[in-house]
Amino acid sequence: MTGAESAAAPARQEPLLSVDGLTVLLPVEGQQRAVLRDVSLQIRAGEAVGLVGESGSGKSMTARAIDRLLPRGAEVQGQIYFDGADVSALSGSQLRGYRNKVAMIFQDPRAHVNPVRRIGDFMTEALRTNLGVPTADARRRAVDMLTQVGIEDPERRLRQYPHELSGGMLQRVMIAAALLTEPALLLADEPTTALDVTTQAEVMAILDELRRSYGLAMLFITHDLDLAAAICDRTVVMYAGQVVEIRRSELLHSDPLHPYTAALAAARPEIAQKASRLRAIPGRPLSAFEAPAGECAFAPRCAYAQPTCLTAVPELTELDDGLSRCSRAAELRGHLEAVHV
Amino acid sequence: MSAVIGVSTRPARPPARSGALGLLRSTGAAGIASAVVIAVATVLAAFGPLLAPYNPDLPSLGLAWIGPSGGHLLGYDFEGRDVLSRLLAGAQSSMVGPLAVVIGAMVLGTLIAVVAAWRQGLTDTVASSGLDILFAFPGILLAVLAAAVFGAGLTAAATALAIAYMPYVARVLRGAALRERGQPYVAALEVQGASGTSICLRHIVPNMLPLIVAQATILFGWAMVDLAAISFLGLGVQPPAPNWGVMISENQPGILQGYPMPSLAAGLCIVGVVIAFNVLGERLFERAQAAHR
Amino acid sequence: MLVASLLIASFVIFGALYLAPGNPITALSGGRALPPASLHVLELRYHLNQPFLAQYWYWLDNALHGNLGISITLQQNVSAVIAARMWTTGGLVLYAALIILVVGIGSGVIAALRPGWADTSVLVSTAITAAVPSFVAAIVLILLFSVKLGWFPALGNGTDLWSNVRHFTLPAIALAVSSLAIVARVTRAAVREEADREHVQTAISRGIPPRQLIRRHVLRNAAIPIATVSGITIASLIAVAAVVETAFSMNGLGAYLVQSAESKDLAVVQGISLVLVTAFVLINALVDVLYAALDPRVALGSRAQ
Repeated sequence: MTGAESAAAPARQEPLLSVDGLTVLLPVEGQQRAVLRDVSLQIRAGEAVGLVGESGSGKSMTARAIDRLLPRGAEVQGQIYFDGADVSALSGSQLRGYRNKVAMIFQDPRAHVNPVRRIGDFMTEALRTNLGVPTADARRRAVDMLTQVGIEDPERRLRQYPHELSGGMLQRVMIAAALLTEPALLLADEPTTALDVTTQAEVMAILDELRRSYGLAMLFITHDLDLAAAICDRTVVMYAGQVVEIRRSELLHSDPLHPYTAALAAARPEIAQKASRLRAIPGRPLSAFEAPAGECAFAPRCAYAQPTCLTAVPELTELDDGLSRCSRAAELRGHLEAVHV
Repeated sequence: MSAVIGVSTRPARPPARSGALGLLRSTGAAGIASAVVIAVATVLAAFGPLLAPYNPDLPSLGLAWIGPSGGHLLGYDFEGRDVLSRLLAGAQSSMVGPLAVVIGAMVLGTLIAVVAAWRQGLTDTVASSGLDILFAFPGILLAVLAAAVFGAGLTAAATALAIAYMPYVARVLRGAALRERGQPYVAALEVQGASGTSICLRHIVPNMLPLIVAQATILFGWAMVDLAAISFLGLGVQPPAPNWGVMISENQPGILQGYPMPSLAAGLCIVGVVIAFNVLGERLFERAQAAHR
Repeated sequence: MLVASLLIASFVIFGALYLAPGNPITALSGGRALPPASLHVLELRYHLNQPFLAQYWYWLDNALHGNLGISITLQQNVSAVIAARMWTTGGLVLYAALIILVVGIGSGVIAALRPGWADTSVLVSTAITAAVPSFVAAIVLILLFSVKLGWFPALGNGTDLWSNVRHFTLPAIALAVSSLAIVARVTRAAVREEADREHVQTAISRGIPPRQLIRRHVLRNAAIPIATVSGITIASLIAVAAVVETAFSMNGLGAYLVQSAESKDLAVVQGISLVLVTAFVLINALVDVLYAALDPRVALGSRAQ
């Protein structure tokens, strides 16, 4: 893949995952409210795409919608295609097959691993049940994978219970388990947020390395713009349930296309920087259903807002290899770097 | 207002309803219905003997077991007394006993729970171990033992039950007290020099009030069942005093002979009131726990 | 802990002798006037001229060897009486426990897994039956099934196995009714809670089929609180059995305990109390063991509430 290839124009080959106009409504206090609005993104085989946003932006919900893990009562509009197949139309064994090809890694490993079953059971369950792999075989593969994620003495670990492992180790186990079914796409939902900083770095390194060596596609969800930029080729930025920017990661800091992205990038303090105040974006992040209809969701907090921004919801427009939902994107380009509060 | 990135958003909670009436409304239709039943039972307990249309204590054997007829809505019991009157008169001992049990168990239990949670360390360990040991005595057993030693009667039975329930109350409240103890405002008050007793009495216990009230309500239901059982066994309220538990047992022979009404009617009274306490107590419990999420 | 509970419980039971108004002799004789020879026998047997703790020791020692004294009213060895009636109470509790486990847990699971009318009906019926004391259930059952329908006998114990089952059915149901409701509710709550847990989401995302999901992840995890509550509830049956036995005129330990309490036959009361409390404590200890076995995170002896 060369840099000249457009991130937004239809790819020369079919994308592995194609999300098109995804809108999700959830029951909130008795009513159906939108948590995702018209979300579209594509992931090609082997490509790592970051999904960045604050709490409530809908990034987790997007991953869940892709994996069909939405809560009860959720309404889904729009299309999700994986490898040419309509994901919402799958059922039964087809759905289970899909789940083996798309593996999800969750945020809090301690909550997401059954505490009363052994690690070996956790790792090999999908293999034994769905793929009919005999137990001994499955265990061998599990041992192998544990070694690859950097866990020592893997045979012993297989016999242990989750509470006997540290958070970082448990997350590695989760990654290993996800990789065992040989998926084509990894959905990583803030895999390191619940870990301490040192462990974060280790787990990130393992995730990145394994992804590359297995040639897997990945949707990496985080609230940390720089983290996404570090291991993903492209980054999708979300705000209030909408996609506001899609951009090549290396250009996010130097040439962002949306004021929100610029503000996110500017808000993270550099260690070498001297500043009298932390830069913060005024106001608070909104969920999709809290955003006022008929205007740009970010406008109330935007330093560049103009009256026209409040008249209609801006469309995603193409600009220099990327997509932006700012109606003033072309005009502001080049000036967004120097955002101050 | 300036916000740093990463602040989580949640839709604002609905404003908490304040006051007792608000609390009641928030328990829903079932909760309100239960409260009404409880209120009626309380009124009957207070004024029952006055409301009874006929003399509840005067036997008249010639009228025994006659069914509902002219002015006697529920008929006569095994000694020819008006069943309805006896039920109304019996409400008193049937409700006062559980009340005493609940007060005793709640006061003792709260005291131990709060002291153990406040002092922690050795006091807590000793108290918890002591409570664990007390759990070995089921309420009814202790009441029977008390009856054997002190003689049958409501006082002995109620005291025994209060002692038997106390560990349960203490254990539930200790958890809540520990949680309160760990709140930052307590540390703040300590730093300001407030004494342990005053913090406990003026802050910790009031904050536990929703849980205390819920627990007391549920406890009343249990106490009512257990006390009625003990009276049924003949070890609580003694016949010929009117009491719902006693009425069930003294009229039991009637069932086999085809006169189930007196026994059944007393049973229904007990069940009705206990359901009300259970339902209300459960709703209150849910509210108390939700408030701590 | 187990031993400590038992020791202290036995101490309290023994000490009850001294709590009674009057002196131990009057308590033991139940206020009856006894000839001096009998009084002397009582004195010797209970070592009444020795210090309190020594008396306690003798009593306990005797108890552990199966000698629980003599019943004033029946003029028999207390242990003999207990042995004769133990099976009635034991059988009753076992039968009731079976009903609670099968019907209680079963309906709770069904209510949790099939929301809709099954769930509502379980909720409503348990709300009602939880409030029905065993003796009220007893009279209703007698009325319906003995008097009106004639399916089951109303009183007594029965003679052989089949007749025993027939005689024990109504009492067992009466004993089980209110506990059943609690177990059903707790089961329902536990299963619903487990079904919403994150680790179930992980299993779903792995494509585990629903049947296996429910069995290996929801039910298996919910088994922890369910087992604990079931165990505690069954343990409490031991005390309530006395009420049911009285209502159905069965000759079990509980009924005899009540009669002895009424007639102030203290030796019997102490003996039976000791047996019942021991059974209660033992069952609770078993629940602790079960809990530790089901939950690998928990060490033995630390049952969280």
